[in-house]
Amino acid sequence: MNDIMKLDNRLSVERSDPGRRAVRFNNLLKAKEAIPAGLARKAPPKLPELSELDVVRHYTGLSKINFSVDTHFYPLGSCTMKYNPKINEEAAALEGFANLHPLAHDKTSQGTLEMLYDLEKRLCALCAMDAFTLQPAAGAHSEFTGLLIAKAYFAKRGENQRVDIICPDSAHGTNPATASMLGFNTINIKSGPDGRVDPADLKAHLGDRTAVLMLTVPNTLGIFESRIEEIAEMAHKAGALVYMDGANFNALIGIVKPGDLGVDIMHINAHKTFSTPHGGGGPGAGGIGVKRRLEEFLPVPRVKLEGGTYRTDFCCPDSIGKVKAFFGNVGVLTRAYAYLLMHSKKELAQIAENAILNANYMKSRLQSIYPAHSGDYCMHECVLTPPAALAAKGLKTLDIAKRLLDYGFHAPTIYFPLIVHEAIMIEPTETESRETMDSFVDTMLKINDEGAADPQLLKDAPHTMPVKRLDEVQAARQPNLRW
Amino acid sequence: MFIANTQKDREEMLRTIGVSSIKDLLKQVPEKFLYPAFNLPETSLDEQQTARRMKTLAAANTPHLSFLGAGAYERYIPAAVKSLISRGEYLTAYTPYQAEASQGILQTIYEYQSSVCALYAMDCANASMYDGASAFGEAVRAAVRITGKKKVLCQETLNPQYLTALKTYFANSSDYQFITIPAKDGFMDTDKLAALLGPDTACVAFQTPNFFGLMEDAPKISEAAHKSGALVVAAADPASLGLFIPPGDYGADFAVGEGQSLGLPLSYGGPYLGIFACKKEYVRQMPGRIAGMTKDKDGKRGFVLTLQAREQHIRRDKAASNICSNEALCALSATIYLALLGPEGLKELARANAAAAAFTAEKLSDVKGAKLKFKGTFFNEFVLEIKGDAAELREKVLKKEHIDIGLPLKDLYPALGPGALLVCATETKTEADILRLVKALGENI
Repeated sequence: MNDIMKLDNRLSVERSDPGRRAVRFNNLLKAKEAIPAGLARKAPPKLPELSELDVVRHYTGLSKINFSVDTHFYPLGSCTMKYNPKINEEAAALEGFANLHPLAHDKTSQGTLEMLYDLEKRLCALCAMDAFTLQPAAGAHSEFTGLLIAKAYFAKRGENQRVDIICPDSAHGTNPATASMLGFNTINIKSGPDGRVDPADLKAHLGDRTAVLMLTVPNTLGIFESRIEEIAEMAHKAGALVYMDGANFNALIGIVKPGDLGVDIMHINAHKTFSTPHGGGGPGAGGIGVKRRLEEFLPVPRVKLEGGTYRTDFCCPDSIGKVKAFFGNVGVLTRAYAYLLMHSKKELAQIAENAILNANYMKSRLQSIYPAHSGDYCMHECVLTPPAALAAKGLKTLDIAKRLLDYGFHAPTIYFPLIVHEAIMIEPTETESRETMDSFVDTMLKINDEGAADPQLLKDAPHTMPVKRLDEVQAARQPNLRW
Repeated sequence: MFIANTQKDREEMLRTIGVSSIKDLLKQVPEKFLYPAFNLPETSLDEQQTARRMKTLAAANTPHLSFLGAGAYERYIPAAVKSLISRGEYLTAYTPYQAEASQGILQTIYEYQSSVCALYAMDCANASMYDGASAFGEAVRAAVRITGKKKVLCQETLNPQYLTALKTYFANSSDYQFITIPAKDGFMDTDKLAALLGPDTACVAFQTPNFFGLMEDAPKISEAAHKSGALVVAAADPASLGLFIPPGDYGADFAVGEGQSLGLPLSYGGPYLGIFACKKEYVRQMPGRIAGMTKDKDGKRGFVLTLQAREQHIRRDKAASNICSNEALCALSATIYLALLGPEGLKELARANAAAAAFTAEKLSDVKGAKLKFKGTFFNEFVLEIKGDAAELREKVLKKEHIDIGLPLKDLYPALGPGALLVCATETKTEADILRLVKALGENI
């Protein structure tokens, strides 16, 4: 990094100059202002005082010390960092969408309602589900909604004794966390040696206390539950529902319909499969698809089409209610919808096909040096481990990840899934080119050589980022969370 | 679409892998599930057609002058906010898992947390929740967790959407008691509050301005709650805090808010921004991501995600919450908005809002057949009582004049009668807009 690009990480308040202004609001409407003395703010908040140029330069500067899909290859496994088409942004920013109040009259909201209705319909077709809600704000929020639906379903059937949620040990942390938020017990089942659920082991845990079997398909090892039909049947025989965590739906879109596999409830993540940007941590948008017998429990409002007019329907007596105010993250869903419009049936299949091809290509080029956890072909992502020779020198996955940053690659997901020691989880997505993947693979191979020759080089990495490795222990022991 | 591989790439990649077709990679999927029939379009739109289709849909949301509020507020969004948050470096990043390569985002989260703390006068804040309602639900959950008590007192004039969402956050057990603190003349009845408080109360949860736009006597409510040992969960509209007392000043234990008020588009309900702040003794009970300032190994300032032992990816079923993705870009937007306004701009914003609502209320109370339902200080919005049925009037004026006069309250608060209407006017309304509303009501009541 040359001098001109040197790091300036002063805080906005440290650039502040008392009296400096940017945006003003002229108050032209003179009305009586009456604030009771006890309710008036006494001291102004400590916010920065800056000119508009100061603000623009500050936040433009900060944006530059940041990796993103637009600037770097970002093979973060399970997060599906695919390209986010620019037309999506333009669509969501259209005034007609952006300025629509959530309580606007149905008559003035026909465009948004039609979009949501059609989006639900297309998602039903893609997933072989009978109904969808788009209210959840993210994946974890969808899980919450899905399990609430399951709870309501069992309550209505008088089966309140069903308090167990079974999930494999490879599950996302959100699965058990959601289960416990809703008062369920999580029962972890061990993955078999091939990384899949062992039906015999599952059988031992299924019973009349089982509410839901939660599966991620493909699972977090990037492999398909080949015996899912049998597994779902077992769960159904025990009276349980099958929930599919659809975080990895990018691997199935257009080629497999989860509803065909025996799934009763599933979620989608707009920012994973449907190309909406992740914004450095959100907003996402979720969605829950269900089979017919669960439809009555979906949150309100539902969007209905009657006589050529769309309307919001709040009258669903068995609905779980609401998981957030208003409808959902409609601005995000608008982007997902634009993306779907640009894909025919065949083109949707190409998403999954190329995601799978790219992941297997990277796996096949890397696995002789970075052993793969599974010998099978993978779906949309692969889980590798560090070379034994590097491990023998005390090098860890973390060191390899940090060294990748020096070469301009965001690191893959590391140390997840938890069941793989020193996991390196790579997901290239379908939008990356072969050159980019080759360049990443070559760098991984080079890092292996570097580690063998000079382990300290990796241990001290990154060397070229705005900061070196950060003291996380101090950050947690003496939290400094604000100015 | 958006796929880089050419046919030649695919062939060469398949050769490298050692298979002849993509289908060979799918052997783990039982054949019978592969390539089923899909009831989806055979053709796709190109970019231009997509743009056209989206424009047509957007235009089908027919333009009208709107006086709706009730938890979502029309705000002017400064151009610099839109320009900065559309930078791909922010827009297309993930949660900052690799701190050294994500210092920009981490610092903006730190600045966001700091701005929230400054605005709400609280000790600490998280990186955001989904929206005001989910932040409110999580705060009440935290209060229940901390106190180990199961009785929650909620104000009658809480946004009904918050109340419904709150109840779903407590679906884990039927032991929780949600008790309504009745309202009197639109405000929380503090005598009734005192009678309801007891040693078994976990918290008093309320919002100010309340659903009717009225500024509650938050210091008095807070004092009563604390006297009985209950915690205080206060939801405050951030835009109101340019003029009104912040939750920290009256000792709120948890302060939350709907950050949409800080310059986010309405977008039919989301994405919005759940503001969540608390006293420092409860920092480890906070849900969600938190960024902290630390040093790198050369002693240079840097930022990381911290206190992660509360979170789902570490604690799994013992986590404080299941939240993973939050509303980071919306938080960034609010941070930039607040930096552009500064303390002075925020005061001007609050004043312009208060004035718009007050001006509207003054003019409307002169309309024959309309009067203000409640007396007292309000912000953003107020309840108007009209002769006749407010819902019918809304339909009529919308059709004739293309004005949405506000939210009829008879379904939500039947006791207010059929004529109750919640009318909102923010800084986006001009005198001409307001006079159009006044004229329309005058002619149609």
